[in-house]
Amino acid sequence: MMHSMNTHFRMLTASAAMALILMAGAPAFAETPADTLVEGFAFDDIITMDPGEAFELSTAEITANTYSYLVRLDLNDTSKIVGDLAESWTVSDDGLTYTFKLKPGLTFASGNPITAEDVAYSFERVVKLDKSPAFILTQFGLTGDNIAEKAKATDANTFVFTVDKAYAPSFVLNCLTATVGSVVDKKLVLEHVAAVTPSDEYKYDNDFGNAWLKTGYAGSGAFKLREWRANEVIVLERNDNYAGEKTPLARVIYRHMKESSGQRLALENGDIDVARNLEPGDLEAVAKNADLASTSAPKGTVYYFSLNQKNPNLAKPEVAEAFKYLVDYDAIGSTLIKGIGEIHQTFLPKGVLGELDENPYKLDVAKAKELLAKAGLADGFTVTMDVRNTQPVTGIAESVQQTLAQANIKMEIIPGDGKQTLTKYRARTHDIYIGQWGQDYFDPNSNAETFTVNMDNSDEGTKTLAWRNAWEVPKEWTEQSKAALLEKDAAKRADMYKDLQKKVLENSPFVIIFQQTEVAGYSGKLKGFKLGPSFDTNYVWTVSKD
Amino acid sequence: MTIPDIIVPSAGRSRARAKARTYAVLRFLVVIVTTYLGLLSVTFFIGRVIPVDPVLAILGDRAPAHVVERTRELMGFNEPLYYQFYIYLKDALTGNFGTSVLTTNPVLDDIRRVFPATMELATLGTLIGSLIGVPLGVLAAVRRGSIADQFVRVIGLIGYSVPIFWLGLLALVLFYAKLRWVAYPGRIDIVYEYTFTPVTGFYLFDSLWQGQWDVFKDAFRHIILPAGLLGYFSLAYISRMTRSFMLNELQQEYIVAARAKGLSETRIIWGHALRNAAVPLVTVIALSYAGLLEGSVLTETVFSWPGLGLYITNSLQNADMNAVLGGTIVIGSVFIAINLLSDLLYRTLDPRTRAR
Repeated sequence: MMHSMNTHFRMLTASAAMALILMAGAPAFAETPADTLVEGFAFDDIITMDPGEAFELSTAEITANTYSYLVRLDLNDTSKIVGDLAESWTVSDDGLTYTFKLKPGLTFASGNPITAEDVAYSFERVVKLDKSPAFILTQFGLTGDNIAEKAKATDANTFVFTVDKAYAPSFVLNCLTATVGSVVDKKLVLEHVAAVTPSDEYKYDNDFGNAWLKTGYAGSGAFKLREWRANEVIVLERNDNYAGEKTPLARVIYRHMKESSGQRLALENGDIDVARNLEPGDLEAVAKNADLASTSAPKGTVYYFSLNQKNPNLAKPEVAEAFKYLVDYDAIGSTLIKGIGEIHQTFLPKGVLGELDENPYKLDVAKAKELLAKAGLADGFTVTMDVRNTQPVTGIAESVQQTLAQANIKMEIIPGDGKQTLTKYRARTHDIYIGQWGQDYFDPNSNAETFTVNMDNSDEGTKTLAWRNAWEVPKEWTEQSKAALLEKDAAKRADMYKDLQKKVLENSPFVIIFQQTEVAGYSGKLKGFKLGPSFDTNYVWTVSKD
Repeated sequence: MTIPDIIVPSAGRSRARAKARTYAVLRFLVVIVTTYLGLLSVTFFIGRVIPVDPVLAILGDRAPAHVVERTRELMGFNEPLYYQFYIYLKDALTGNFGTSVLTTNPVLDDIRRVFPATMELATLGTLIGSLIGVPLGVLAAVRRGSIADQFVRVIGLIGYSVPIFWLGLLALVLFYAKLRWVAYPGRIDIVYEYTFTPVTGFYLFDSLWQGQWDVFKDAFRHIILPAGLLGYFSLAYISRMTRSFMLNELQQEYIVAARAKGLSETRIIWGHALRNAAVPLVTVIALSYAGLLEGSVLTETVFSWPGLGLYITNSLQNADMNAVLGGTIVIGSVFIAINLLSDLLYRTLDPRTRAR
């Protein structure tokens, strides 16, 4: 018996050894191809590649690399605008008509010429499809009925856009840099439109190529989109018809990798060139590695918690102020958000016109207790906070829970999945909500509107953040926010937003904690890799390899 | 769910036998239909009562109110719940499982893409698990109390108690980062991402079929670590079960009889005892295979494996109910199929269950 078992055991070990040898015999590691940039990137938020429909951060990044716009943000000074397809533009004296002259001789990736007709069609399909991001254009008074008149080509190279009020030109132009401003290839899209039966909800007989563009491509950017497979891979290829400088690399591949440590390993082994979702620990390791480099850029997203004014305790102004003194900003900044965020207490993120760099609040329990006593709540009270199960919000919520307890406020954390807490927030049934707000488009109005406008505080009102917290915004603040929209002088406009931010900082149910910083680790072989000042300016067309 | 065996008396007339067979088939059909119906209704209603607004999941947080309202209307969320379920069933019967919100593809297309990935992984994992696990279990049983037995016990214990994502990361650090024996997370190297076109979605099979030896080697180097890991976890279970089944068999009188007859120990262990232990073992292996076919979310996350587990989890988190329902149907079908299969194997292995 011993003998026979030994034989079997030997066979087992032998086959195990064989398997190991087989694996070890595999060829040495190939590095990423010299003409290809490979990014490890969590892009599970993408649900469509149609620039007229997409409203997700990752799509914005891909679209920015694959489509052209009339105008783009000036990366050297993001409060300014530069032409992309547009060579020049003028604004009429009454501030209502914008005339864009296109650069001559441009073509789409398909080879079709780019004309003002294409621009007009791009506007038309956004407005008529009326998907989530359409409001960025329709807020200028565009409707399906007037779009042909308001956004039209007067000749092959002239596009005329008419708005309904004399808005600040910076506001109008900033909005045109958003993903919805992408110019699509009309001829190509028309080949792929699907017929639709018109109904009360949707009055048109075709889908303007929406079904096809969800995964298709009809742009003219430096790269063209070859393929997107949800949660797997995005492949971009050099656009040989691009009029600007040819990209040094032939291909960019975004590989969906959710896990920070997996990204780090792959980066260290040279299987990816860029790791986009590194957590603080992995980022530190990458920063210490001599063969790798890291970079960061502040993004237009602020993290905050807010107090529902339907709760009688939270509605007291002293309580709101006390909460601002009950956050340990220093501790949060040096641990929980180290490398991925910066303490920031005003509602406009850095980099946007009118930013205000003031962070007056510090943890001050004595001061908070004083304020609570003034509100008649010296013995504290009990309250709940809805918290998504993700970092860093969970950690911040726990930190706030501890500091609130020092002032006798007992806060219970209700954990939930992102969609679940959001559903509750939108129904205004929370006490305290912790979350983030990213700009819809790169203009101060995006955040100013949501933080300071609440025209109708009934349950049917418009869903701004002020409304979600049932906050009756002082009327003159809302008016000031609206007036800033019409202020032609950019410097004056900036001052108006600064003033508004001071007011919100001192007296509002919003406790804004930090602004997100996006980080990336990348191979030392890369040249020209940078993260942009916004989610839609992470350009890859200048990247090259040694 | 198991399909009951109908043992027809050997003396029965052929008509009675035919009747019994019809009865068995009918019963089987009823079981399948009710299983699916139960699965679908439970998943459907849970999906509708969770405190998440499905329109919010589709449109995101920023959509204007009128867009939200229009989408709600278009998606039929304003209809009563039972009517929504009726519509869903009607569509599902015609093979239309709806479109996934997340991937914008028809759910069926998505499943055709993600399920082969999971199946390839699960099959290889189960192969590894049973090819190593069964001999280890036999070894442990035969040499009960010896060092070898303790060794198998420790292997099993680690398999039971160590979280798979942790072991996965550790394995990545060791085999990928340090030793460089295997390839990095994902199914295939990026070079092949745009040169290789899979047909069935089973990369190992497709590459061999197309004679692309390079791709095969690459796909193998990608799959071997996650498959080995899953294999290890099923090995832990399979070896423990094999050991206890074998111990049970080795105490039987027929073993004593065989020894008395002077049969070689090899023949007794592998030919007689294991042959008898194989019957319950098939169920154990089948169940562990079915478990792997559901997709293992953690493994798939760590290894960036675009499989079913990740697909369903992602869909669930985004309240993408069509996709979740589609995935549920697949898992239901897998369990039914595996049950049938193990039933069939059972009959081949155990002559007593064969109708004479």
